[in-house]
Amino acid sequence: MINSRFFNRSELLGFLALGVLLFLILPLSLDIFRLNLVAKYLTYAFVGIGLVLCWGYGGILSLGQGVFFGLGGYCMAMYLKLEASSVANTKIQSTPGIPDFMDWNQLTSLPFFWKPFHSFPITLLAILLVPAFFALIIGAAMFKRRVGGVYFAIITQAIAAILTILIVGQQGYTGGINGITDLRTLHGWDIRTDHAKFILYFVEVVLLFGCIVAAQFIRLTKLGRILVAMREQEDRVRFSGYSVANFKIFAFCAAAVFAAIGGAMFTLEVGFMSPSFVGIVPSIEMVIYTAVGGRMSIFGAVWGALLVNFAKTSLSESFPQLWLFGLGALFIAVVLAFPNGLSGIWADHVQPRIDRLLASRKSKSAAGMIADGAPAE
Amino acid sequence: MLVGHQPKDFLLAVSGLTVSFDGFKAVNDLSFYVEENEIRVIIGPNGAGKTTVLDLICGKTRATSGSIQFRGQELTRLRENEIVQAGVGRKFQTPSVFEDLTVFENLEISFPRGRTVFGSLTFQRDDTVKRRVEEVAEMIFLKDRLNTYADQLSHGQKQWLEIGMLLIQDPDLLMLDEPVAGMSVSERAKTAELLNRIIKDRSVLVIEHDMKFVEDIAHKVTVLHQGQILSEGTMEHVKNDPKVIEVYLGH
Repeated sequence: MINSRFFNRSELLGFLALGVLLFLILPLSLDIFRLNLVAKYLTYAFVGIGLVLCWGYGGILSLGQGVFFGLGGYCMAMYLKLEASSVANTKIQSTPGIPDFMDWNQLTSLPFFWKPFHSFPITLLAILLVPAFFALIIGAAMFKRRVGGVYFAIITQAIAAILTILIVGQQGYTGGINGITDLRTLHGWDIRTDHAKFILYFVEVVLLFGCIVAAQFIRLTKLGRILVAMREQEDRVRFSGYSVANFKIFAFCAAAVFAAIGGAMFTLEVGFMSPSFVGIVPSIEMVIYTAVGGRMSIFGAVWGALLVNFAKTSLSESFPQLWLFGLGALFIAVVLAFPNGLSGIWADHVQPRIDRLLASRKSKSAAGMIADGAPAE
Repeated sequence: MLVGHQPKDFLLAVSGLTVSFDGFKAVNDLSFYVEENEIRVIIGPNGAGKTTVLDLICGKTRATSGSIQFRGQELTRLRENEIVQAGVGRKFQTPSVFEDLTVFENLEISFPRGRTVFGSLTFQRDDTVKRRVEEVAEMIFLKDRLNTYADQLSHGQKQWLEIGMLLIQDPDLLMLDEPVAGMSVSERAKTAELLNRIIKDRSVLVIEHDMKFVEDIAHKVTVLHQGQILSEGTMEHVKNDPKVIEVYLGH
C-alpha cells in the first residue's frame, strides 16, 4: 500500500536534513546580516509550498502568486505602520496619528479599511483571510466557468499587473511606489534590532515547518489524490461525482494562504513592503524557484527558494546585468532537461545510487531486503 | 414506437431530445426509453450521434431542447457531478483512468463517499472502503494489481479498471462507450462475462460496433442514423430490418 506513515523514509530524511540546516547549521554559521538574507529567501519557500500543491499536484499554474504574497505582506505592513504612526511619533504632521504618506497626500483621516489594522489579532486573521477571500473570488469566477491552463495563467498575471497599478496609483491609501516603509515595532517590540531579527528567523522557520506539515497532510488525504487525478483526467473526476471547480478553488486558496504567510514574514524580516514584490516579475520568479526545486516536491520548493535566491544574491553582487539572463537560462534548462527540478534529479539519479550502495552493503549481512525506493516526493 | 405513452417504471425516458451544433442537428428529436435491469445497445454508422446521446445524458453536452428524465428527475438541468450522484455512470471511449495513481487509489476515488472538498480532506480509508475496493478489483480481474500504477496496465486492463471505477459508484444506469474496442478476443469474452455479471441490479446503455458482442449481451437494440432512430427492437428484429441493412449492416 502507499505509505501509511506520514512521511516515507526519504521524506523523513528530507525533513530532518532541512531541520538541521535551518535550525542549527545556518544560525550557527552565518552572521546576522546573512541570516536575515536567508530569512528573506525562505519567505519565498512559503509561496513555493503553495505552488507545489496548486501547480505541481493540481496542475493549476498561477503566475500571480505575488498578489497573495503582497496581500499578506501589506496586511502586516499596515499594522506595523499604524503602530509606527502614533500621535507622538507624527506630531509634526498636519494630521498627527495617520501614516506619513497619507499626510503627504493631503488625507486628513484614516481610511476605513485601515482601521481594523489597529488590532493585532484582526491583523493576523486578515493576513490569512484577505488573500483566501481574494483567491476564492478569482477561483470561483474562473474555475466555475471552466477557465484553465494557459488562460488562467495569463489572467492571474493580469491580476498581478492590475494590483500593482492600483497600489502605485492610490498612493494616499497604499504608500504608492515606495510602499509602506519605516516600520519599527511589532506590538511594542522593536523589529529592527539584530536580536529581533534572530528571533524572527526562528519564528519563520517554525512557521515554515508548520506549513510543510500542513501541505504534507493535504497531499496525503484523498483530496491530494483528487488533485493529481484532476491534473490528468479532469473529466473522469467530474464523472466520478466531484465538483472539479470546488477542488481547484480549494487548491488555489490554500496556495494563496501559504503565500500570504510568506509575505507577512517578508514584511517583518525586511522591514517594508512595496509593489515591487506584487507584480508580474516577482510572481514569475516565484514560479521559477518552485520549478527549479521541483514542482512535485514540498521540500524541493524550499530548496529551490533557498538556492536560487542564494545564487541571485551572489551573482547579482558580482554581475548585476547577467543575473536576469542567468535566471531565464536556468528556467529553460529546468523545463527542458529536468521537468521535476532538483528533487527529480535527486529521486532519479542520487537516491537510487544511495539505495544501491546501502543494499550492496546490507546484502552482505542479510539477504537483500531492498529499501522501498519510493520517489522522494 | 412508444410515442404518447410513458409508463412510470422506465428508468430513463428520453423524449424529443435535440442538440444542434451551429445548425447541424447531431441528435434530432430523439425519444427512447430504458427499463430497469435492461441492457440496451445503441448501434449505428459513424456520425450517427451515438456518443453525443451519451454526452447529453451525462451532462457533458447541453441539449438544445427536449428532456431526459431519470427516475422522474430532469437531468438536462443538472451539473455533471450531480448527474453522477443521481445514479448515472459513464465510461468513455478511450480508457480514462488516473495513470499516476494506483489501481487501489483509482477505485477509491470513485467510492461514493467524501465527494465534497471537506469530505475528501476527512476521508478515511476504513474497512468498508478496502473491502469494497477488493471486491470490485476481483470482479474486474485486477485483484493482484491493486498496488500497480495505472500507467503500467494494458489497454484492456485500463478499460476494466474504468468499468470497475463505475461499478464502485454503484450507478443505477451505466453507460459504456465501446467497452471492447481494441481488446483481444479473450479480453472480449471476459468483458462480456463481466458485463453480464454487473447488470444484475442496474440498467446498462452500451455503444458498440462489434456485432458478435452486441448479440451476446443486448436485450434490445436501438439503431441510430443521422441523429434519429432508424429501428428499435430485439437484435433479431433489427438485423432483418431492410432500412438497417441498407445504411449499416449490409455493405
